[in-house]
Formats: sequence, C-alpha cells, structure tokens
Amino acid sequence: MWPVRKLTERVTAALFLTCAGIAVLAVALISLFIFLRGGPVIAEIGLGKFLFGTTWQPSADIYGIWPMIVASILSGLMAVTLGAAIGLLTAVFLVEIATGPWQSLLRPAIDLLAGVPSVVYGFFGLTTVVPLIRVLFGGPGNSLLAAVIILTIMVLPTITSIAVEALKAVPNDYREASLALGATKMQTIFRVLFPAARPGILAGVLLGTGRAIGETMAVLLVAGNRPRLPSSLIDPVRTLTGNIAYEMAYASGMHQDALFATGVVLFIFIMLLNLLVRFVVRERREN
Amino acid sequence: MLKRSWKRVLADGTATGLIWGAALLTVGVLLFIVAYILFQGLPHIDWPFITDVYRPGLGQEGILPMIISTLYLIGVALLIAVPVGVLAAIYLAEYAKEGPVLQVIRFATESLAGIPSIIYGLFGYAFFVTAIKLRMSILAGSLTVALMIIPIIVRTTEEALRAVPRSYREGSLALGASQLTTIRRVVLPTAIGGILTSVILSVGRIVGETAAVIYTMGSAVAIPRGIASSGRSLSVHLYFLAKEGTSVEQSHAAAAVLLILVALINMLANVTARKYRVRGGSAR
Repeated sequence: MWPVRKLTERVTAALFLTCAGIAVLAVALISLFIFLRGGPVIAEIGLGKFLFGTTWQPSADIYGIWPMIVASILSGLMAVTLGAAIGLLTAVFLVEIATGPWQSLLRPAIDLLAGVPSVVYGFFGLTTVVPLIRVLFGGPGNSLLAAVIILTIMVLPTITSIAVEALKAVPNDYREASLALGATKMQTIFRVLFPAARPGILAGVLLGTGRAIGETMAVLLVAGNRPRLPSSLIDPVRTLTGNIAYEMAYASGMHQDALFATGVVLFIFIMLLNLLVRFVVRERREN
Repeated sequence: MLKRSWKRVLADGTATGLIWGAALLTVGVLLFIVAYILFQGLPHIDWPFITDVYRPGLGQEGILPMIISTLYLIGVALLIAVPVGVLAAIYLAEYAKEGPVLQVIRFATESLAGIPSIIYGLFGYAFFVTAIKLRMSILAGSLTVALMIIPIIVRTTEEALRAVPRSYREGSLALGASQLTTIRRVVLPTAIGGILTSVILSVGRIVGETAAVIYTMGSAVAIPRGIASSGRSLSVHLYFLAKEGTSVEQSHAAAAVLLILVALINMLANVTARKYRVRGGSAR
C-alpha cells in the first residue's frame, strides 16, 4: 500500500509542476512565434527603415512604422497622464474622504468601468466622442484626441484601484503623526501619504501605460487608422495595435509578416514596461 | 500668521475641490456610459433579436449564433484553463519553495497577464490556426483565450489557497492523511470560493474579449456545428456592426446586451467573493 501511495504523491506533484510550467511554456511559445514570423522581415527591410520609416504602403512593399510608434506613445502617455491625475484623486477620495454611501457608489462603479469590454468603449467613443470632436473642432472626428479620451476612461479604473491599495497600505501612524503636528488633512494627503505610497502608485501608472499602449479594439474604432504622422490632436492616427488588427483581415505574404513585425515592436514595449513594474514593486517590498 | 492661514484655507479648499471633482467625474463618466448604452440599446432588444439567426439579407438579424459561439468559447476555454490554472496554483501555494523555478514561473504568469490581447491574437493565428492547423475555429479561439485567463485563475486561486489557515493542514496531516489527501479534502474545499470567483472573473474577461478571438475564431455568422467550425463571438459581432455602420439599431442593441452581461457577471463575482469572503479582485 505504501509504495503506491508514495508514487501517487510523486506523480501528482509532478503534474502540478507541469501545470505551473505551462505559463512558462506559453510565454516562450508566444515570444518564439511572434519573433519567428516578425524577425526575418525586419531584417529584410532593415531595422532603421522599419522603425523610423514614415511611409506605410503595403501595396508597394514599403513598411515604416514610425507614425504608429508615435501614435501609440502619444496616445498612451496623454491618456495615462490624464488618467493618473483623475485616478489618484479618486483614490484619495475613496480612501481618505468618502463615507459609507459614497464608498458603496464609487467602488462598484470602478469595478464596472474595469469590466466594460474594450469594443463597447470603442463603440461608445465612436457614437459620442467622435461626433462631438467633429462638431467642436472639425476634421473627421476619428482622431488622436478621441483615442486619448477613450483610453483615459479605460486606464482610470486600473490606476484608481492600484492607488487605492497603495494608499491603504500606508500605516495610520503616518496620518496621525502628520495631523498631530498641525498639518491639515490635505497637507497630510499630498505631503505625507502620496510620498509614502509612491512605489505603489508608480506601479499602477506603469500598468496603466501598458494597458493603454496594448489596447486595440477601442482605439481601432475611434482613432481613424490613418498611418501618417499627426500634426494636431484632431488628426486621425493609427497605433501599433490598430495597425495589426486593421490589416490582419486581408494581409498575406510579406505584408502579414510586417504585421507580425509590428507585433514584435509592441511586444518589446510591453515586456519592458512589465520589467519596470517588477522593478518598482520589488523596490516597494524592500522599503 | 493670519495671511498664511488664509492661504492655507485656500489651498485646502482647492485640493478638496479637486478631489471631489475627480470622484464625481469618475462616477459621472460611468453613469453616462451606462445610461447612454442602455437608453440607446434597450429599445432595440426584442425577442427576435435574441433568438433569430443572422441573415441580414433575409430580414433575420438576430444574435443567436453569436450567443452560441460565445457560450462555446467560454465552455471550451474554461475546460482547458480551469484545471491547468487550479493545479498550477496548488503547486505555487502548497509545493513550491522559494528559488529560481518559482521565480521563473511567477515572472511568466505575470507576463502572461500583461501581454495585450492583440499579441495573443497574433500568436493564436500563427500557432493554433496556422502551425497546428486548427484553422479559424472555436477550438483555436478557446485555446488562445485559455492562455489569457490562466493568470487570472492562478492568481485568485493561489490567494485563496494561501488564506486557508495552516492549522487545517497540520490537523489533517497529524491525523495521518497524505499531503495529497489534505489538499483534496481540506484545502481545496476551504478555498472553493476563491476558485469560483476566479472562474466568474474569467468568464467576464472572455465575454469582452475581441482582439484575441477575431483572427483565431474567425467571424462566421452561422450557428457553429462544433468546436472545429468558425464562430463569431458577441463582442466580435459588435465590432463588425460598429465598423460597418450599416445598422445603428443593431449595434446599439448588441452593445447593451454585452454591457448587461458583463455587469451581471461582475455582480455575480462580487456576490460570490462576499459569500466566501474572498479578497475581491478584478478581471483586468
């Protein structure tokens, strides 16, 4: 009886490890397949030409993704800046100010905002934000500005909920000490709590950046998909994600490989951000 | 002194105002989105819309095929991801010791959670659809989506397992039960709430997923005949309706259906988490 039992234990332990290993295998396979399809075409075009080329014209086999890189970074950074400002203040409200009824209104609201599918955000943007921009500022409406507005709404819950956790983790002694020294509540929040919660807040902002740059369907529907450098906020743009999603529908051959190459660039962006988040989180643990 | 305190009052007032403004803006945006989608969509949701097949030329413009495809997608993806995710979480919580293996697994799980859907879509297309020749099918879509929800299941389940008091395990082991029996009979039943919550959160994520399934599951509008056929999920359907802009009523109705589904799933997750006192998480 004993050896059988021992064998079962061993076999199941190995099974558990295998399942945990599937995540590793998946990341390896994803990297491998994206790089395998995208890498050679980057080499063929030339890294400089591919990254910094300003013309994307698949019909002539000209593939430069600089306009998409610029659009992704611009829309991501603007959205995260706005989202962080609103999200941090909302988080402060939730942790330091809100009482029962406000809490019970705001918390589910943030949860739901986080759960709304990106295609619904895109549809919402397409039917409200885009026409509004068209009327107010002219142009087609589908624009960098529209993408920024929708992305701001989408990163808001991420940043808010992580900032809430970070603020809650600040020991109460800090608040009491600050108040006892005669600081007002606001001085306590801005001069004591924010610095103390900085690593957590930073991690939230970085995660929000990753979300904004990786977001696809919402941006695809509102940004206008014109692969040219924007000269103003109301110009239509195409992001890296939009480039892939928009053209995968009909691309083949080298064109399709160029979309995988776009994926390689996006993938590296996101992985760098993830590494940065890990770094920031580790710094928090050590402090 | 007096001047300074006056300044202080002003600064405090501004800060308080900003904080209230931000909170109201957040609530306002959500209320506006929800109200807009529901007011525009609800009037166009009727019985035929839910139960008809989709033959726009023939006057049938229902979303039944999309509902069935979405259910297939959820079912198959959960069938793959739940066992893998739960077993992986058991490994992380019960067996793993600090060290390089654990670090690599953690890094991989976190990375999986951070990879954008469109990258999953590309990978699913290159690997499941093309390399192992599943073609654009519900199976290929489900496999792709399963990879996306594994981190959700692992994270939430692991947290639930870790919340099981040590004394439970020690009591069971002291009674002569093996580690496996302890996990099966004592730890897992105690952590079932966390596992359930993670499954519900995953369903929410799958329902909303578009970029990862559009090029792995395809966009066929017929009712799928099994996991080998292509199918169009609800969210993919909304994308096409929105993009083509042919029927405003239908797109509004489809958006409302999606929003209601996600809100219901969200509520269910909250109720489950509260019932079992799980630390609430979010699918995203």
